[in-house]
Amino acid sequence: MKKLMMALTIAASFAVAGPALAADKLKIGFIYIGPPGDFGWTYQHDQGRKQLEKELGDKVETTFLENVPEGADAERSIERLARAGNKLIFTTSFGYMDATVKVAQKFPDVKFEHATGYKTAENVSVYNSRFYEGRYVQGVIAAKMSKTGVAGYIGSFPIPEVVQGINSFILGAQTVNPNFKIKVIWANSWFDPAKEADAAKALIDQGVDIITQHTDSTAAMQVAAERKIKAFGQASDMIKFGPETQMTSIVDNWGPYYIERAKAVLDGTWKSHNVFEGMKEGLVVMAPYTNMPDDVKKLAEETQAKITSGELKPFTGPIKRQDGSEWLKAGETADDKTILSMNFYVAGVDDKLPK
Amino acid sequence: MMRIEIVKRPQHSALFSALSPFIALFLTLIAGAILFSILGKNPISALYSYFVEPLTEVWSIHELLVKAAPLILIAVGLSVCFLSNNWNIGAEGQFIAGGIAGSILPVVFPDFQGWYVLPIMLLLGMAGGMAYATIPAFLKVRFNTNEILTSLMLVYVAQLFLDWLVRGPWRNPQGYNFPETVQFSDSAILPAIWPDSGRAHWGFALAIIAAVVVWFMLSRTLNGFEIKVLGRSSRAGRFAGFSAGRLTFFAFLVSGALAGLAGIAEVSGAVGQLRTSISPGYGFTAIIVAFLGRLNPLGIIAAGLVLALSYLGGEAAQISLGISEKSARIFQGIILFFVLASDSLIYYRIRIVSRLSDTALKGA
Repeated sequence: MKKLMMALTIAASFAVAGPALAADKLKIGFIYIGPPGDFGWTYQHDQGRKQLEKELGDKVETTFLENVPEGADAERSIERLARAGNKLIFTTSFGYMDATVKVAQKFPDVKFEHATGYKTAENVSVYNSRFYEGRYVQGVIAAKMSKTGVAGYIGSFPIPEVVQGINSFILGAQTVNPNFKIKVIWANSWFDPAKEADAAKALIDQGVDIITQHTDSTAAMQVAAERKIKAFGQASDMIKFGPETQMTSIVDNWGPYYIERAKAVLDGTWKSHNVFEGMKEGLVVMAPYTNMPDDVKKLAEETQAKITSGELKPFTGPIKRQDGSEWLKAGETADDKTILSMNFYVAGVDDKLPK
Repeated sequence: MMRIEIVKRPQHSALFSALSPFIALFLTLIAGAILFSILGKNPISALYSYFVEPLTEVWSIHELLVKAAPLILIAVGLSVCFLSNNWNIGAEGQFIAGGIAGSILPVVFPDFQGWYVLPIMLLLGMAGGMAYATIPAFLKVRFNTNEILTSLMLVYVAQLFLDWLVRGPWRNPQGYNFPETVQFSDSAILPAIWPDSGRAHWGFALAIIAAVVVWFMLSRTLNGFEIKVLGRSSRAGRFAGFSAGRLTFFAFLVSGALAGLAGIAEVSGAVGQLRTSISPGYGFTAIIVAFLGRLNPLGIIAAGLVLALSYLGGEAAQISLGISEKSARIFQGIILFFVLASDSLIYYRIRIVSRLSDTALKGA
């Protein structure tokens, strides 16, 4: 075997090297967990990539790898992008965290940006979005619009990012209707249209009349449209898939961040950081408020304005945990570390958090 | 006017046995070139980035071995099952069971360290895979249950069990509640073979050893003879005094052990921790590898490398040509299709019959 390896190694060293690099352009790589056509999570990252290309024109050149599984494959894919001459690499799913850090150690002159994780290094930044701010607004709308007082929530995985959303949604709803409830179904996937559709149907059959989701396809929106109930989109504006169904959607707006970071690399001012940004910084954008009466729309806009200005923080006490114990005292606000590691429900969620 | 008939050969053709891989390769290149031209890409550079580019860099060859190791290990075990007519479709589950069992030490007892940790982990991984493969074997022998269904369904059980473990009891307490275990300590990591040039780990060496041992067993021992006889004709096997039930257990245990070994080698060598999913479907891809290698362990080594290459090539093509990952998958499909289609030439021949001779025949 050793011989074969040697032979291959020798063959390799004589073979042609990869295509020559355009020296003056900043090459930027992206790793996607799904296909850019999912119209959800990956679609929005790809929109961000396109905005970046448009804004910086011929100063940059972008490449992406789609459908990269988390785990052993991620490390290879990231390393391949680094070896292909990319000097800035965005890894856009939580599960790429350790792979990103490992590859970053091997390529100290390449800058890495990992979405939604927590491990940073000299050349690894972390960026995350306060999606839960948008969920709060959705909760307010849901409680105004719902007749049954119960919303259905399709979750992907019970990780902090998703739990934040569920809790923030119910807290928003409870400001309108203290008895508001949500039912949760876990799809155990980020992108599985068939499962997401089944989950939506099951929830509707259980009497919910509002559907919201933390999964990436448009399937739930389409089911809600068929059943003539209202729903919220996820990650991108899904109005095309439910013109009379979608009330709003949390749009992940990554473009400005990608442009800012690429410019920093071009200027030589890039530094590793760990940011958690939301409505104020423009990372979380709400799709137009539609399919609701004017007073609800007005309330939604007011809530959004308060969150944007910082006047309202969704996780501010008094808040009780699901088991009735006190989490936050009146006026107390949860810090980012607590928010980023949230693994319990607040009161009002009609589900047991999988542990 | 003419028509084409497919006629069974009286005995299999040695000529096509040798030629078939090359015919398949040739047809694949042609079909691939057409596909890439339709996509508006230069077919030559597309094929280059698919088949050659991944081999032009040392680190990439390492990655090839990383990718091929689990495929070969599992497929070698499956060849024993398939040759003996035991349709184990659940190698994915046995792979996961091995990964879980082997991870007990580094996850539950992270302070337990030393040179002996790794051998124990590998043995536990094999034991886990074996234990999990025993279930469909037992059900088949005792209740005559269809092992395709039971082994397949047990895959989902294993996946969900792993998911539960990693989210719950085995979750890293310092990990912000994300579903991952702790990172394994150095003594629990299967080391790289040549750490200076890339991350190929000893799992690949284990795969080669397993392939050679199983090849020897199949071709040179009574046990191997028994497997083939019972696989081709269980009646004849019974007359020879072989026990089909015992063989079913044997085949499932071998393939379970190898799948389990692949599981722990992947977790320990390539990932370094347990996650909610540890395999992008190796257990299923290995079924294809086993048949591409014609159920011959040495052929499986080559087949495993080819399939691993097609994964890496798909990635290279995405980067250098912007070809979608989907078309890379289609291309993999084309390869498999032509290989299997060309193999049918070994047992069948194509006869072109002209209408004229046909009517002449009827007239006579």
